[in-house]
Amino acid sequence: MKIFSRSNWGVTTLGLAIAIFLIAFLIIPVATVVVVAFQDPNTGELTLINFVDFFNTSLFQESFFNSFYVASMSVVLATIIALPLAYFTTRFNFGGAALIQTLGIIPLIMPPFVGAVAMLLLFGENGSVNLLVSEWFGFTIPFMEGLNGVILVESIHYFPFILINLSAALLNIDRSMEESAQNLGASGLRLFRRIVFPLAMPGYIAGASLVFLKVFDDLATPLLLNINNMLAPQAYLRISSIGISDPMGYVISVILVAFSLFSLWVAFLALKNKDYSMVQKGGGGLMKRDLRPWEKIGCYAVIILILGMVLSPHIGLGLLSFGTIWSYSALPDAFTLEHYERMFSIAGPFISNTLLYAGLAALIDVILGTAIAYIVWRTGLAGRKWLDFIAMGAVAVPGVVLGIGYLRTFVEFNVPIVDKPLASWWVIIVIALAIRRLPYALRACTAALQQVSVMLEEAAENLGATKARTVRRVVVPLMTGGILAGFVTSFATASVELSATIMLVSSESDAPLAYGIYEFMQSAAGRGPGAALGIVAVLIVGIATYASHRVIEHTEKKRSSGGITVAEQTGAV
Amino acid sequence: MQKYYANLAIAGVVLGVAAVFAPMQAIAAEKLVIVTSYPPDTTVTVGKAFTKATGIKVEMLKKKTTAGIKYLQATAKNNTSDMFWASAPDAFEVLKGDGLLQKYTVKVKGIPEKVGAFPINDPEGYYKGFAASGYGIMWNTRYLKAKKLPKPTSWKDLEKPVYHGHVGMSAPSRSGTTHLTVETLLQGKGWKDGWAMMKNIAGNFKTVTARSFGVPDGVNSGQFGVGIVIDFFGLSSQASGFPVEFIYPKLTTLVPANIAIVKNAPNKKLAGAFIEYLLSPAGQEVLLNPKIRRLPVNPATYAKAPKGFPNPFKDKSIGSAVKFDLQLSKSRYNIINSLFDVMITYRLDDLRSATKAIQMAEKKQMGKSNLAASKMIAEAKALVAQVPITDAKASEKSFNKIFKKKRKKATTKVTGRQAEFEQAWDTQIKANYAKAKTLAAKAASM
Repeated sequence: MKIFSRSNWGVTTLGLAIAIFLIAFLIIPVATVVVVAFQDPNTGELTLINFVDFFNTSLFQESFFNSFYVASMSVVLATIIALPLAYFTTRFNFGGAALIQTLGIIPLIMPPFVGAVAMLLLFGENGSVNLLVSEWFGFTIPFMEGLNGVILVESIHYFPFILINLSAALLNIDRSMEESAQNLGASGLRLFRRIVFPLAMPGYIAGASLVFLKVFDDLATPLLLNINNMLAPQAYLRISSIGISDPMGYVISVILVAFSLFSLWVAFLALKNKDYSMVQKGGGGLMKRDLRPWEKIGCYAVIILILGMVLSPHIGLGLLSFGTIWSYSALPDAFTLEHYERMFSIAGPFISNTLLYAGLAALIDVILGTAIAYIVWRTGLAGRKWLDFIAMGAVAVPGVVLGIGYLRTFVEFNVPIVDKPLASWWVIIVIALAIRRLPYALRACTAALQQVSVMLEEAAENLGATKARTVRRVVVPLMTGGILAGFVTSFATASVELSATIMLVSSESDAPLAYGIYEFMQSAAGRGPGAALGIVAVLIVGIATYASHRVIEHTEKKRSSGGITVAEQTGAV
Repeated sequence: MQKYYANLAIAGVVLGVAAVFAPMQAIAAEKLVIVTSYPPDTTVTVGKAFTKATGIKVEMLKKKTTAGIKYLQATAKNNTSDMFWASAPDAFEVLKGDGLLQKYTVKVKGIPEKVGAFPINDPEGYYKGFAASGYGIMWNTRYLKAKKLPKPTSWKDLEKPVYHGHVGMSAPSRSGTTHLTVETLLQGKGWKDGWAMMKNIAGNFKTVTARSFGVPDGVNSGQFGVGIVIDFFGLSSQASGFPVEFIYPKLTTLVPANIAIVKNAPNKKLAGAFIEYLLSPAGQEVLLNPKIRRLPVNPATYAKAPKGFPNPFKDKSIGSAVKFDLQLSKSRYNIINSLFDVMITYRLDDLRSATKAIQMAEKKQMGKSNLAASKMIAEAKALVAQVPITDAKASEKSFNKIFKKKRKKATTKVTGRQAEFEQAWDTQIKANYAKAKTLAAKAASM
């Protein structure tokens, strides 16, 4: 193959452009923060002494263990929640499958700190459930005690990552695989265990590794639940305290990044050497069948149980937003619309800012995600793996670190036309969100691309289509489901992001929703309006998610009914 | 399919255009930009009143006090903020020390020199006090009733076994106001007894919250019954209808909450107008709003306060027991934060179980005259109370440098690293708590 063929030039330019973007907005800002970890605190010389201190400190060992334990248990609990939802809704003809899927995604669109507030009110030691339980039975259940609380809140918040990726993967499974297995006599659980689940593995691993990473790095939830002995809170507390320029906070950041990269690598190894692509896009995934009545009852019972648990933060938040005073009682004293009145008088800019920022960020993310996935899996560009690693590495960068890095790096960089430092221009928030959420989109796009067989592309090229045309007419359309899943995940989670934005918002007119909620939640009289704003956020993003879900379904249907061939799609006929 | 992409493209363009134009309007009008740690209840209420009175628009930029300092430091070279508005005077001292504030002379008359034992304004004129804040105890009346707990009236009450697991507080490293509370206790009781009392109270903690607002929030919702808080958290929670009450214990200090103009402020004049308004009778009266409930610094304003509202200019018992020494506080600021975290925040479980064991032993031995047992209990208490360093060491300049370093000056030589010291302290503290627990358990079984 000639090295500088025309299509290679295109790929190289694209790869370079992405690399420059990542270096400017991820590597450099993080490096300005991370370098502190390698400096001797006394002399400023490069050293590893801070890492020696880290491993000698019992508090940090304990924190490391706690973070690892919480992240692992959250993956387990999240899987238990997500698996039935994903399987039932993709495998059986269900009334309102789209609704269930959307409801299942809703936890993602609530800032975790808001979820924790609501969960404390419902499940805390003196929360509604325990007040009732102790009144009836005389004991309390430690749902929210210590690490339990973090695991519960985190898995309820992040399980949609597994759900969304697993559902996309299940929808993409070639129906003929399942049919062959059935013809060979497999059915029920065995069919699921031996054929369906293994084929959906890329989606599951993508989701599970995201859950692990997010929980491992998450700051707001443990902080809100007042758990200090975990890595991310330790890093944050040390970096953000006045006057302490103690390098340990930065060391912990480096450890977080390194360990997260390590677990990504493990996930990568788990998928290596296995071929998950299927030639046929077999008519939109698993064969759906009708449920027998008793099965139906069982499925609905499981789903309602799970949804009840998953939606409890929203129920709590709803009660909070309509309640007057809620203090040491199972329910608020009385109900009112006052909080909504107060909230609506000022919520407008928060909402429009959020839609704008999260929309742009998600758009950037799916474009970058598709491009990177393609470069990594379909071209021989030198250093392509690095592109993937760096982009995924963003998931391992705590928001605070990115925020501080941006402030340090871009404060003296004036944007020409608006004449403002880039660090205080609203666009920096979009970029921060895009970088923070890029890994989600990238995982989704990669999983989607892995399920598209190279043979389809080769066929298109044999029919005379150029590389660019093949990408546009075959690869991208076949990836639509994954790309949209990536867009939804990025959009939904970007609209509730707080940790990086709280550092970067430089004027209130630029502030997004999560920031507004956080602000409200900092005063006694603001809890109600804050909760009302939270409900509005959930509704807006929920509607957006539902709409895109319908689009996915629509395109899936179109593809399966139309029986589009490669030749048709490339226009080669 | 093609149509789908066309739609997508149109959507993209619309988004892009909206993106360019939306913020344009925001830049157009001239506005006063204030970096503040206050919640919208305070900022929106005061901001609206100010705009109504002067016609000047205000933009409030909400940051945690510590984050606000970082923000001003990071953006100093290209500053876009006009004012800094927060509670803790220490925070203003940090900014002043970094040369990030500018002097201002107030024109409004009628503000006294001192509130309690504390000067209201910065003697050098860099920042001005606009309200007074004291620290005290708030509690949830429903919680106390359900758990049959008495109302606390002093810090000493909170040491009692009856409050075990019912008290909440923030950490000084997280919250400037909590730092002042701890420092007040240490200055009022002395280094040794102050820490001993602090640890006895902490042994009863349910939790150490990560944000200062976490404490009133926890008390309001009933997660724990009693909280150690700054006055306006308690007073405004009460005014918002929560079943809570607040008192000032004897040993408290009144400290001004402050406002200052940032160096190189783009709108210096407007900033001056804001200070003048805040200190004017109209501005002072806004502080009495139920959502704010702060103590005004103008004594005349108290005539308009609701019944039962504390008045430090009349009731001399509030905040006069301790003469707060700001310089002493400054000399050991980071050490106090670090000690508190090592001994209390991160070892809360160990401290709690040691305290519980001691409380059990004392209960068992009550009324008995078992000398060996009471000796063991005393020993256990001494172990819990032990502080790794003396107060002289805590204020030592060279020692403080280890905890506060500016890497810019490579010439300042320091020996030792914070992590090293903290680990050594932690080992000692953990062993002490464990030993205290065994001793107390032994005493209880005698």
